[in-house]
Amino acid sequence: MTDVLLKVRGLKIGATIFPPGEKSRDIEIVHGVDFDLAPGKVLGLIGESGAGKSTIGLASMAYGRGGVEITGGTVEVNGRDVLSSGMRDVRRLRGAEVTYVSQSAAASFNPAKQIMEQVTEAAIFQNKFSKKEAEDRAVELFRKLGLPDPENIGSRYPHQVSGGQLQRCMTALALCPQPDLVVFDEPTTALDVTTQIDVLAAIKEAIRDTGVAALYITHDLAVVAQVSDHIMVLQQGATVEYGTTDQIINAPKEDYTKALVSVRSIDHEEKQPTDNPVLRVENVTARYKGTDFDVLKNINVELHPGQTLAVVGESGSGKSTLARVITGLLPPSNGTITFDGRTLTPDLPTRPLDDLRELQMIYQMADTAMNPRQTVGTIIGRPLEFYFGLKGAEKQKRIQELLDEIELGEGFQDRYPAELSGGQKQRVCIARALAAKPKLIICDEVTSALDPLVADGILKLLLNLQKIEDVAYLFITHDLATVRAIADSIAVMFQGEVVRYGPKSQVLAPPFDDYTDLLLSSVPEMKLGWLEDVIANRKMESAGN
Amino acid sequence: MHPIIKLVAQRLALGLLLLFAASILIFAGTSILPGDVAQQILGQSATPEALENLRRELGLNEPAVSRYFSWLGGVMQGDLGTALTNGRDIAESLGTRLSNTLFLAFWAAVIAVPLAITLGLLAVRYKDRWPDKVISAVTLTTISIPEFMIGYVLIFFLSIQLPQLINGMEFLSDGARNWMLSNLRFSSVALMNDSMTLIEKIKSITLPIMVLTLVVLAHMMRMTRAAILNVMQSAYIETAELKGLGMLKIIRKHAFPNAIAPIVNVVMINLAYLVVGVVVVEVVFAYPGMGQYLVDHVAKRDIPVVQACGLIFAAVYIGLNLVADIVSILANPRLRHPK
Amino acid sequence: MRIPLAALIGLFFTGLFFAVAIFAPFIAPYGMAEVVGDVWEAPSDQFLLGTDSIGRDLLSRMIYGGQTTIFIATAATALSFITGSVLGFFAAVSGGWVDQAISRFVDLIMSIPSLIFALVVLSVMPTTITILIVLMGLLDSTRVYRLARAVAVDITVMDYVEAARLRGEKIGWIIFRETLPNALSPLVAEMGLRFIFAVLFVSTLSFLGLGVQPPQADWGGIVKENKEGINYGVSAALYPAYAIAVLCISINLVADWVLNRTTSLKGGRG
Repeated sequence: MTDVLLKVRGLKIGATIFPPGEKSRDIEIVHGVDFDLAPGKVLGLIGESGAGKSTIGLASMAYGRGGVEITGGTVEVNGRDVLSSGMRDVRRLRGAEVTYVSQSAAASFNPAKQIMEQVTEAAIFQNKFSKKEAEDRAVELFRKLGLPDPENIGSRYPHQVSGGQLQRCMTALALCPQPDLVVFDEPTTALDVTTQIDVLAAIKEAIRDTGVAALYITHDLAVVAQVSDHIMVLQQGATVEYGTTDQIINAPKEDYTKALVSVRSIDHEEKQPTDNPVLRVENVTARYKGTDFDVLKNINVELHPGQTLAVVGESGSGKSTLARVITGLLPPSNGTITFDGRTLTPDLPTRPLDDLRELQMIYQMADTAMNPRQTVGTIIGRPLEFYFGLKGAEKQKRIQELLDEIELGEGFQDRYPAELSGGQKQRVCIARALAAKPKLIICDEVTSALDPLVADGILKLLLNLQKIEDVAYLFITHDLATVRAIADSIAVMFQGEVVRYGPKSQVLAPPFDDYTDLLLSSVPEMKLGWLEDVIANRKMESAGN
Repeated sequence: MHPIIKLVAQRLALGLLLLFAASILIFAGTSILPGDVAQQILGQSATPEALENLRRELGLNEPAVSRYFSWLGGVMQGDLGTALTNGRDIAESLGTRLSNTLFLAFWAAVIAVPLAITLGLLAVRYKDRWPDKVISAVTLTTISIPEFMIGYVLIFFLSIQLPQLINGMEFLSDGARNWMLSNLRFSSVALMNDSMTLIEKIKSITLPIMVLTLVVLAHMMRMTRAAILNVMQSAYIETAELKGLGMLKIIRKHAFPNAIAPIVNVVMINLAYLVVGVVVVEVVFAYPGMGQYLVDHVAKRDIPVVQACGLIFAAVYIGLNLVADIVSILANPRLRHPK
Repeated sequence: MRIPLAALIGLFFTGLFFAVAIFAPFIAPYGMAEVVGDVWEAPSDQFLLGTDSIGRDLLSRMIYGGQTTIFIATAATALSFITGSVLGFFAAVSGGWVDQAISRFVDLIMSIPSLIFALVVLSVMPTTITILIVLMGLLDSTRVYRLARAVAVDITVMDYVEAARLRGEKIGWIIFRETLPNALSPLVAEMGLRFIFAVLFVSTLSFLGLGVQPPQADWGGIVKENKEGINYGVSAALYPAYAIAVLCISINLVADWVLNRTTSLKGGRG
């Protein structure tokens, strides 16, 4: 075995793009990247969307996804250049020496075939193992990856197991042929935070036990810090910084890396509750039409003027339903909601205009929250016209003021949403909410779809606007780091109930209930050895019980 | 009970319900429409006695609901009534015509289905390259011309021009020309009778088969192409590629099991379409099938015949769509292997 | 905005056909039903396409026939669009049992092939142009209904529509300012396809002798009148085929372009 498993030199990757209304043209998306990977080591590739990290990962298997083509440089695996080899050699490499774990296991498994057949397919096809050996190996891997009923899970179909389990099956699929290198492409991104930590630990253990090398691709520096030996930071297809994990996390050299490391470290001092809450939710219970269980069970929370209440929970906890109930989209089956001293009517059509105006909402997907056929000016201008009857120059002036407030400035009024970046879109949505001069804005996962640095910018903007406009936020999120950054009080939700509620300092301080403990301890921290500590702690606790 | 059996049973019941509703619609369409049907049939110059006789014969003096149920009751026992124009039993006249129509549709399907799927696969294999482009250009043309015109274009070139062309080939020996003339003869009239052998029958309907094939080929191919592309762009195909599997193995093991349901769906929808295309093609080639029978009697305003034919066409159409539905259910792994 | 060549060609021929249809009386060299020559005369300077089965000028028949065919198809398409999209939007916005009732009824109509349904109805109705337009328009409106409803349902679940409802907007603003501009492009593209279908449909009915009645000319009828000629090598019956093919392909090219152009406007969301 050579001492370098994967050697990449001057890798350039191009793609053909089809801009609307123009001729298609070729662009370069990766501009000459170099790195080495020794056997058994893990290299983390990190960057925001569009950094080219997945493309680089797939290039190590001589694969270009949908119109992507490797245009220059060399990629050597075990001393052989894979880019200049013929298709036959490339096929012998894929699935045997290098394997792949994708972000969405649910889509990557063939729905019509049993899991076992798919997990062992490459190992058998590449003549690495006999069918019997491969199946034994698969069961062993299922056990190692902590899957329930490892002997029999292989006979199930992909839709019969949960998302987190399927992601582990995908890891088993990649490890089964005993490859030299596994490419992990955002393997935990689609998972809930409490599931993510288990899968992450399972992957890390499997890598250690099998001695396989790995390329670990993610946008989350805290995650990659837990599993990798080296980290390469990428931005727009070029290397920003490349070093050991310790150096990148603890002594970053480049500004961009520093920003990534210090992301989520916004400091926000908790405000004290007042006597008159702007929003009071009392004993609210709700269910969707045609179902027979309550998605919200007896919810009681308060929010004070100019403050932020963070509602935290995983998917299915009912946190977004709470927003629908408050806005009147889903009338509660029980309970009352008081807004600024007035009792809100349960359903939307019966609410007076002032209630609607003072209660605004910002959505997770800014893309779908703006009408693609309206300009930014129309989008922000409509509430001004609708609520305040502003017209002409007066309206223009106010639109510009709002654009300045969200730090966009001149020249945006006539643009369409499709011409804006993700962060800009979300800012326009904020401006639309502010235009109504609301007392409360419900923010539903407003930063989840954004890259970390962009999300940081949005959070800072929201905090700043809160100071200026004295607006309260009901902030719905699954991300505890975000909560720390902006909340004054916190409600933790689990299966339709508020399991913990109070000022931030109290909610985030021990003693914890079980769920909050699990949730808090599952959020990856930007430090080495965090994963081991958490796992060790959990083992100790369960041993202690 | 396995949920899939329940689902299939539900679909079957729904199909029957639909057929029942369709029979009401057909009956209503011919009975409750504005205007005096008897007057329509006999024209303005009809005598009052003739009108009264026809009304009695049609049972128009009875309420529509009771007429409908006596009609439906007859249909269920295989009694389709008698034709107004010649007083013959409709079921009897329909028998051979229906089998002729099915014969034509069957052979058109035998040729069109494999051809369409093969061409669809080719279009996917050479996506965005010239075979794909040629195929989609031809497709676009054939769906832009009505069936009967394709028929006449083929008659014009193959039945009329081709023999003249062959006669004009003086460089060929007389023997060769005669051989070609007798073997490349495309009849513009599709005769059909019991004394013909199978080969003679098929020869007689070569042109109608070609027209029907062209008519459904385009749609079927386009839809097959879309269905296969949809499967081939799935992430699990990429997974298979990244396992180092060859293209053929990927198609056989991973694409095919998932493409089968959409393709069967495409085929069924187009067979249903073909059954309708038959109506026009039969008229073009004077083929003694159900379509021609229907069109003739629409012009003669022979309502019982129209009702009977309409019901049979609707039944075939609903039946084929039902098969497509059921195949989709059976092929869905989520339904076959419930949690 | 650059218009691709294919769409330009499509636009040119579509425009040409409509112009000829509108100005038919000024363009046609002879009257529609005027017998001016012998039976099936070959094309000449006098009769550019020759004459038909009873000695009328074929070019004039084609021009007038185009007028009839295009007029009927346009009227039927307009009717199917108005009926289909109004009902579709109404069903999507109303939801509940209104939606169910309309949708199931449409399913029922679509369970019988259009041509068969038309034949059944025409067996008791007089074949006038008005009846043809109404019949074709209503039968085809089922397809428009499905599309309009699907598009509207897609759009009404968008966050921006929810945002408008939360703002307190009236139903008028939501339909005309939020929903319609986004639904328009697929509907316009569909309109092209429905028009083609209407042209084919009316031609088929006329060919079967159940559509436009002689001496009125229309493309399907011209085929019917001249089909015997084919056996003598007279290609008179084929001209309508060419005309229909060119018209339909042109409209297809335009519809494709409209659809592509508008999907890219949405920022590639398709």
